[in-house]
Amino acid sequence: MTAIDPTAHLTAEQIEELGRELDAIRDEVIASRGEKDAAYIRKVISAQRKLELVSRGVLLFSLFPPAWVLGTAGLSVAKIMDNMEIGHNVLHGQWDWMRDPKIHSTTWEWDHVSPADQWKHSHNELHHTYTNVLGKDNDLGYGIMRVDEDQEWHPLHLGQPLWNFVNACFFEYGIAAYDLELGENLHKRRRKNPEFRARARAVGRKIRNQVLKDYVIHPLLSGPSFLTTLAATFTANLVRNIWSHSVIMCGHFPEGVQVFERRSIKDETRGQWYLRQMMGSANISGSRAMHFMTGNLSHQIEHHLFPDLPSNRYAEVAVKVRALFEKYELEYVTGPLPRQVFSAWRKVFRLSLPNRKPGIKTPDRERELVAA
Amino acid sequence: MTSAALRSRAWKLLEMVTTPLLPSDYLDLVSPLRAGADLRGRIEAVHPETDDAATVVIRPGRGWRGHTAGQYMRIGVDVDGVRLWRAYSITSPTNRQDGRVTITVKAIPDGKVSNHLVRRVKSGTLIQLDQATGDFVLPQARPAKVLHLTAGSGITPVMGMLRDIEFDDVVMVHCAPRPQDVIFRDELHDLVADRKLRLIEVHTDTDGMLDIARLDELVPDWAERETWACGPAGLLDAAEEHWSGHGVQERLHTERFRPGVAVAGDGCGGGEVTFRATGKTVDADGATPLLDVGEEAGVLMPSGCRMGICFGCVTPLKAGAVRDLRTGEITEAEPGVLIQTCVSAAAGPCVIER
Ligand code: FES
Repeated sequence: MTAIDPTAHLTAEQIEELGRELDAIRDEVIASRGEKDAAYIRKVISAQRKLELVSRGVLLFSLFPPAWVLGTAGLSVAKIMDNMEIGHNVLHGQWDWMRDPKIHSTTWEWDHVSPADQWKHSHNELHHTYTNVLGKDNDLGYGIMRVDEDQEWHPLHLGQPLWNFVNACFFEYGIAAYDLELGENLHKRRRKNPEFRARARAVGRKIRNQVLKDYVIHPLLSGPSFLTTLAATFTANLVRNIWSHSVIMCGHFPEGVQVFERRSIKDETRGQWYLRQMMGSANISGSRAMHFMTGNLSHQIEHHLFPDLPSNRYAEVAVKVRALFEKYELEYVTGPLPRQVFSAWRKVFRLSLPNRKPGIKTPDRERELVAA
Repeated sequence: MTSAALRSRAWKLLEMVTTPLLPSDYLDLVSPLRAGADLRGRIEAVHPETDDAATVVIRPGRGWRGHTAGQYMRIGVDVDGVRLWRAYSITSPTNRQDGRVTITVKAIPDGKVSNHLVRRVKSGTLIQLDQATGDFVLPQARPAKVLHLTAGSGITPVMGMLRDIEFDDVVMVHCAPRPQDVIFRDELHDLVADRKLRLIEVHTDTDGMLDIARLDELVPDWAERETWACGPAGLLDAAEEHWSGHGVQERLHTERFRPGVAVAGDGCGGGEVTFRATGKTVDADGATPLLDVGEEAGVLMPSGCRMGICFGCVTPLKAGAVRDLRTGEITEAEPGVLIQTCVSAAAGPCVIER
């Protein structure tokens, strides 16, 4: 619903044809899923566990600066692997087909303060179903930011670059609060709702365990290296949070990504749903190592089209998807990480101020709500 | 403090160290067969028996509690990356010195697991195990006269018995298409040479199917013998009828390998869906997602995206078969099988846990 609709040149038949072609890509991967893929995720999981174990071991001696640097770097990478390539993807059910109860979306728990089941609801269900639909997909600005010209400006938005920075540093807590719909629940005096309270308690437990582990138990085990271990774990959490926040901002915020109105998804067909995912996501280009460290969310477009395909297959899928973008003359938004991060941040700054261009007006929200 | 309490304290502390994982997640990396781990086994060798049957030697984990002759165990094997569970009779004696157990597997046409085990599995492979179970076993008191009536791979539990205990008077009637299809043939013939077994081989390719009435002529005193029968359903049905016809049904013990497997229909027919937790049963066609079927019937169904992407609707499939509406793929019930109800329809009668 940005000024010019970049999909206006497509006919309804073309959109359905596009949907069929995407289905075919999906079917091909599903038919060829097998031993190699299973071996891949098992290898990644075991590498992550070993790296975490070794890094924590090294941190026992973090009183010595080289050990601090090595251990902190290792732990940061281990935490990033846990959250991105493993946690995010396992919780999407990407590996459920293996029928291994230890690597299953219903049993997995991750190094994160948001309990897996709450995150699955807000992420897999709300965000992936209603990608970039204003008022439905809270991932758009996480309810604390204005990320599209069509969102109403409020003086509070002046502070959004600051919120965004704070959110980046404590991203996992931001996500937990967001999964809890904390703002809304406190605001609307739904605090007493037993279901909300149970979920809040679960988050509390998770936070307690995580904090105890990172900031009490492991530092205590380090004895004389108590303080340095504490600093190392704090740093690793900070690095992990900023990294995942950056990667995730690149998925839907950069310039060129489309945002949709509620009424546009009424009676949406499969083809239209696919098209919305294509126009609502952005990729990060780079090396294999880059794709790995982003949990293959660098293939955000492919991930949004096929959220449950194993992450190690997105790279090959991307080639075919990109060809479809060309065929249907659509813009495939992609770029290297620094450029995409910069683009997203620029948008955060720009939209902290009211719209400048007189051409674009804020639509009448009242009327739209009635229509939805 | 008792040592048990001390251990549990230590374990709690360890859990805090490894949260959100469990200490066992790390221990499994180095010692998957240790005591206290989920029960697993390592395949150490595969010996061919016939063209399409092989004996798999398994070193069970420390938690293995042993078996009784005639019992079977379930094993979970990863075939093409997918964990599949099957039950196989144990063919090793209970007193095997090295603590290994063996199963003997016959590759059945299109059998994913059996073909994998007979032809492809490498020694060193880790598999999942369940404790031995089954009541197709010998009684405490050894019977004076024994008859084993077996066909095809139905010989496997009986072989476990023969290897375990020596009987005074034991007859075996075994059916197989051709002599070379008789599993354990050399060993059986050795037993015969040592006068420990009387063996009657029926080669169905040349002799035709065994007519149960022929038992009178093959084993005239069959009715006095404690009998263990294992083989295809046809043979067992005939045996049960024969034994009860003569009023000696309490002497007959049977084992069916695939008890009452619901057969997947042609995939379009749908079928009766039972929601086990709520006890509701309704008819479903082969095109309506089970999520809708359940909701229609007033069953509380978890759901999310309703389009197969969020996995908010997964639930165990307890029996029967379902079809994936996106791919047409049929999934049959097995322990541990979960389905997405929003994109699965009934493919024949099925039971889901709701
Ligand atoms: S409801 Fe989302 S996968 Fe079934």
